[in-house]
Amino acid sequence: MKTTNCKSLTGAEIVIETLIEQGVTDVFGYPGGQVLTIYDALYNAGDRIRHVLTAHEQGASHAADGYARATGKVGVVIATSGPGATNLVTGIATAMLDSIPLIAVTGNVASSQIGKDSFQEINITGVTMPITKHNYFVSDVADLADTIREAFQIAKSGRPGPVLIDIPKDVQTAECLFESTGIIEEIPQKDADDALIEKAVNLINAAERPYIYIGGGAASALSAEDIKALADKIDACIGCTFMGLTAGLGGCFRFLGMQGMHGTYASSMANKEADLVIGIGVRFSDRATGNAEKYASRAKVIHIDADFAEIGKNIRVDCGISGNIKTTVSRILSRCADAKHPEWTAKVAALKEEGRRIQAAAEDAAGDALTPKKIFDCINTAKTPDTVIATDVGQHQMWTAQYASFEAPRKFASSGGLGTMGFGMGAAIGAHVGSNCRSILVTGDGSFGMNLNELATAVSYNIPLTIVLINNGVLGMVRQWQTLFYGKRYSHTLLNRKTDFVRLAEAFGAKACRAETAEELSAALSAALSADGPFLIDTVIDKDEFVLPMLPPGDSIDDIITAKEEAA
Amino acid sequence: MTRYVIAAYVENKYGVLARVTGMFMRKGFNIDSLTVGETENPAYSRITITLEGDDYAREQLIYQLQKLHNVKNVVLMESEGVERELMLIKVRNTPEIRSEVLSAAEIYRGKILDYTTDNLCVEVTGAPAKINAFVEVMKPLGILEMCRTGVVALERGRTLTQNE
Repeated sequence: MKTTNCKSLTGAEIVIETLIEQGVTDVFGYPGGQVLTIYDALYNAGDRIRHVLTAHEQGASHAADGYARATGKVGVVIATSGPGATNLVTGIATAMLDSIPLIAVTGNVASSQIGKDSFQEINITGVTMPITKHNYFVSDVADLADTIREAFQIAKSGRPGPVLIDIPKDVQTAECLFESTGIIEEIPQKDADDALIEKAVNLINAAERPYIYIGGGAASALSAEDIKALADKIDACIGCTFMGLTAGLGGCFRFLGMQGMHGTYASSMANKEADLVIGIGVRFSDRATGNAEKYASRAKVIHIDADFAEIGKNIRVDCGISGNIKTTVSRILSRCADAKHPEWTAKVAALKEEGRRIQAAAEDAAGDALTPKKIFDCINTAKTPDTVIATDVGQHQMWTAQYASFEAPRKFASSGGLGTMGFGMGAAIGAHVGSNCRSILVTGDGSFGMNLNELATAVSYNIPLTIVLINNGVLGMVRQWQTLFYGKRYSHTLLNRKTDFVRLAEAFGAKACRAETAEELSAALSAALSADGPFLIDTVIDKDEFVLPMLPPGDSIDDIITAKEEAA
Repeated sequence: MTRYVIAAYVENKYGVLARVTGMFMRKGFNIDSLTVGETENPAYSRITITLEGDDYAREQLIYQLQKLHNVKNVVLMESEGVERELMLIKVRNTPEIRSEVLSAAEIYRGKILDYTTDNLCVEVTGAPAKINAFVEVMKPLGILEMCRTGVVALERGRTLTQNE
């Protein structure tokens, strides 16, 4: 280590220098006792790395996650020991369940104080072991830089995920020689055996009703063009998981939208009718398959995924291919035959039409009242393809998945696997910081209440964030389940709060207004989307709006509920 | 349900055993036995796991082990591999049962580790089936205390490190 670049730095400086070396330009976080040294190093590096201070560490963790979703880069969050670290837990778990690359850097008490229940000491590596792809406790400053590099490599390689690095205070202050290296490469993924590609090609060539089923893994590994090229060649329709919406296939005529519990009618029915399901970067989760035994029972299933452990985990498959998704798909594409399936195309068109008819009937029944569908008609008109939509969790999230149109990749940031209420505020802020695009947070009055403190962050950093608060005065999704499965016993889902969201937002320093009709909402959206800071729109819908269609949990597609009358 | 023996070659580092056992808990695997010890290379430990399960459990256990960053290699042991387990078992030392214990220990090639006026402590080594059989012999005589190490196993021929 005798080059000119080699210099002696403190552990805290090494953290900052290694982050910069790995291409990090923005971090989210919150200072505290055991990261003071890291924040001190950050003080000198303000021109090379931007730090966004949130209102709460949880918000910072979701912001780093939203940043990663919107950019494809690794999100970084910094927090202090003890409560700072535990406040990251929900954010880390959210990233884990959605395979989002995230680095969490936490400080800890000095090595000599470890294990003594010292002030703000927590064994965060133990706490986060089941919710990280990997984590580290760094006990020697000499290992620090390489540990951070390896953490980045793990976070972004193969199936991405969160990695936590816990650094005791004495390691932050100790000095060590540091030499900058380049950005660490991803661990190369194995290419699948030729025999498996051959098997997949044979299944595809034999299929008459192919359904390509896109998940988050496909959305991060493939471009929309890659997916469309395969679909065009084999004349397949395309459905997706909740996470697959981030692929940005909204403008494609083959795209049927999300399938599963709250999937579109056409997508779920086409999945059922298909004789071949090509799942790419999906995990066949319970929310997507319903009863796994009955899922796609008439179909052969090809499963392509970055993670070998997903093959055969949730459903039986006829051909499982793990490894590099992009090369797998391009090898299949180059070998499968051009096909035309006019009967299938006609069938899918009929399913789409039936889906439209069901929706139109529901809208007619609603009359002039503001409905979720109308809200999204307004949003889709007002937004541009660049706009990122973040959501919280519940009915508003499923309506976003059903109605919002995503015509470009990485424009949707929402907690799929973990279903984290309170995710949206942080995620919307992080998505803007990363992409510099306007962001819209679609939320509900329940979810918004969980992390609305991040309004302060949005105001401080003047984030051009439009918050569409779909306010129904209830915990709508839970209430829907109570209506359907608990005999309308509305246990603790009627909020009965007196919050004035307009004045609340104004108190934080944001602009705000109320919109009770589609016209008012359109006007509010155009004001909000040209404002230069955060703007909250409080819009009111009926508390008994349902998310439909719905496939009751554990049931099969044959039990799909498409209209409220069938449900009640 | 079949009995499987799985060996994992893991980094000999702080916390690695917790990662492995934590994963078993998280994924709901019920393990029959687990042993850990150093290997020919001090940088690595070898974890030997036995479980009863179906093909799905076996496959998932191997996959999930392989996903752990500190796990370098995982091998499903062939049934003709070499397996050994050690047991220490304590029984009463009374004139009525003494000769039976001593002759059983001899037949099972056990060793008498401790002989007091009250108790006898026997060490038995062998494949799990042999250990089980010895336990059955001792049961009617009254077992005071026993402990088993769990299985360690090596394959004939190939080695774990060769498979890397």
